[in-house]
Amino acid sequence: MIRVQNLTKEYGDRRAISGLSFHIQEGEIVGFLGPNGAGKTTTLRILTCYMPATSGSASVAGFDVFNESLKVRSVIGYLPESTPLDGGMRVREYLNFRGKLRGLDRDARATAIRRVADLCWLGDFIDRPISQLSKGMKQRVGLGDALLHDPKVLILDEPTVGLDPTQIRETRHLIQELAKRHTVLLSSHILHEVEATCQRAIIIAGGKIVASGSPNELKRDLRGNLIAEVSGPDAEIRKALSQVRGVSEVQAETNNGWHRFRIKTQAQDDPREDIFKLVKANGWSLRELRLEGGTLEEYFVRITAEQAQTKGREARS
Amino acid sequence: MINRVTALTQRELAASFFSPVAYIVAAVFLVATGYLFMTYTLVPGEEATLRPLLVYMAQILIFAIPLLTMRTLADEFATGTIETLMTAPVTDTEVVLSKFLGAMVFYVALLLTTILHVFILYRYGASGFGVIFWGYVGMLLLGALYVSVGVFASALTRHQLIAAIIATGILAVLTLGVQGLSILRGGAWRSVLGYVDVLRHFEDFSKGIVDSRAIIFFLSFTAFFLFLSVKVLESRRWR
Repeated sequence: MIRVQNLTKEYGDRRAISGLSFHIQEGEIVGFLGPNGAGKTTTLRILTCYMPATSGSASVAGFDVFNESLKVRSVIGYLPESTPLDGGMRVREYLNFRGKLRGLDRDARATAIRRVADLCWLGDFIDRPISQLSKGMKQRVGLGDALLHDPKVLILDEPTVGLDPTQIRETRHLIQELAKRHTVLLSSHILHEVEATCQRAIIIAGGKIVASGSPNELKRDLRGNLIAEVSGPDAEIRKALSQVRGVSEVQAETNNGWHRFRIKTQAQDDPREDIFKLVKANGWSLRELRLEGGTLEEYFVRITAEQAQTKGREARS
Repeated sequence: MINRVTALTQRELAASFFSPVAYIVAAVFLVATGYLFMTYTLVPGEEATLRPLLVYMAQILIFAIPLLTMRTLADEFATGTIETLMTAPVTDTEVVLSKFLGAMVFYVALLLTTILHVFILYRYGASGFGVIFWGYVGMLLLGALYVSVGVFASALTRHQLIAAIIATGILAVLTLGVQGLSILRGGAWRSVLGYVDVLRHFEDFSKGIVDSRAIIFFLSFTAFFLFLSVKVLESRRWR
C-alpha cells in the first residue's frame, strides 16, 4: 500500500532523512517511531505530497507521490502534527467545506459528516466554532476530516499529542478500530503508544531506520537487567552474585540496609533461580527478584543513544 | 475544478467577512470616497463628473487592497492550514485563483457601494452613462491587477503585515513611481515606463475612452502576477 524506496530529503545542507526504505501492506497498522527531529514528520509530509523528496521514490496505493500527486492525495486521509484548522468556521461548516474539496456531493457529504461525527465523537460540539474548541476536540475534528472521504490510507502525525489520558485511550481504541478498514501509518515519539496500537513499528533516528518489526520481535532483541534486593553483608553478596553463571556485571545501591543489585546478564541466560538458591544457602533475606523491563522504551533509548554516539564520533573525526 | 474553486472562494469570502481588518478597510474607504465625492464632484458650478473620484480612488486602493489581500496566503502559512489545504486534492492554481476571486468579490462589493454617488450625480444631471460605465470597468480591471499583486505578495511571506507592505511597495512603483520616473526620463525609457504606467492606462477609462491596449495591459499584468503567485506557492514545497 505504501512503498518507500531510498527516500532522502535535504533542507539546505541539513539532511533530514537519508535513504529511507520501507513497505507497508494493505490493512497493516504501522507505528513510525523516533525522537523529536528524527525525520518522522518529513517522511509523512513527503508521503502526503506536501513536499517532494530530494531523491528516492515513494508510492501510495500504486500512485507515485511526485507524478500522481492528486491521485495520492485523494486516497490519503492525513492528520498533520499540529492539527491546523480554520478557526473561523463551525465544525460542521468546516467538514462540509473539506467534503467539497474532496469532491463529495451534497448527499455524500451529509452522510460522511454523520459517519465521522459518530466515529470521532463530534456530536457534542459539531455546531460550535472551531476557535472555541479544546485541543482534544480539535484533534478529533482533524481526525474526522481525515476520515471524511473514507480513505484507503490514513496517515496520522502524532495523533495523541495534547490529549488527556481518557482521550488518549479512546483515540488509540479508535485507531485500532479504523485499522480494520484502512491502512494506518502513525507517527509517535511515545513507545507505549506504538506498543499498544501497532502491529509493526519502524524506529527511525537521525533520519535512518534503525529497527523495524513487531513490538514483540523488537523486545526479543532486548537483554533486560535483573533486579535483586537483598539484605546482608554488601561486599560478600556482591562477590557471590558476580560468580553466578551468566552474570556479567553487578551494580549496587544501598537503602535502609537493603542492597538493590542491578545485574547485567549474558544473553538468553536467566540466573534467577541460581540467585535465589545462593541467597537461601547463605541465609540472607530477599525481597525482590525480577527481570527488568524488556520494554520497547529501553530499546528505543538505547538505539537512539547509539545513534547520537555515532553521530558524535562522525563529527569529531 | 470549478467545484473546488467555488468551495475555496466561498471559504475565502467567509473569512473576509469574518475579519475585522476587512471592515476597517471598508469603513475607511467609504469615508474617504464620500469625502472626495463631496469636495471634488459636488461643487457648484463645476462639471458633474466622477472622474476625480475615480482617479483618487485608484490611489487610495494602493493602500487599501493590500490590506484586504495580505491575509489570503500569509495566514495559511502562519496558522499551518496550508498543510491541510495542500494535502487535499487541490492544485496550486486552484488555490491561487480562489484567493484572487475571494478578494475580488469583496472588492466588487466595496466598489458597488460607491454606485450611490452615481445616483446622486444623476439627480443633478450627470455626464453620459458611457463615461461612468467605462469608469467602473476601469475600476474593475485596476482592482483585479491590485488584487493579483496583493495575492502574490501574500504568497511570499507568513507575516501579513510584510505582505501588505510588499504589495503596497510594488503597487506604488507601478503607479506613482513609474509616473515620477517617466517625467524625469526621456526617449526609449519614457515609452517603456509609459507602458507599465498603471494610472495612465486607468485615466483613459476614467475619461470614458476605451483603449484595447489598456484592457490587454490590465488583464495581462493580472494574469502575470497570478502566474507568479502559483510559482511562488509551488516553490515553497521545495524549500
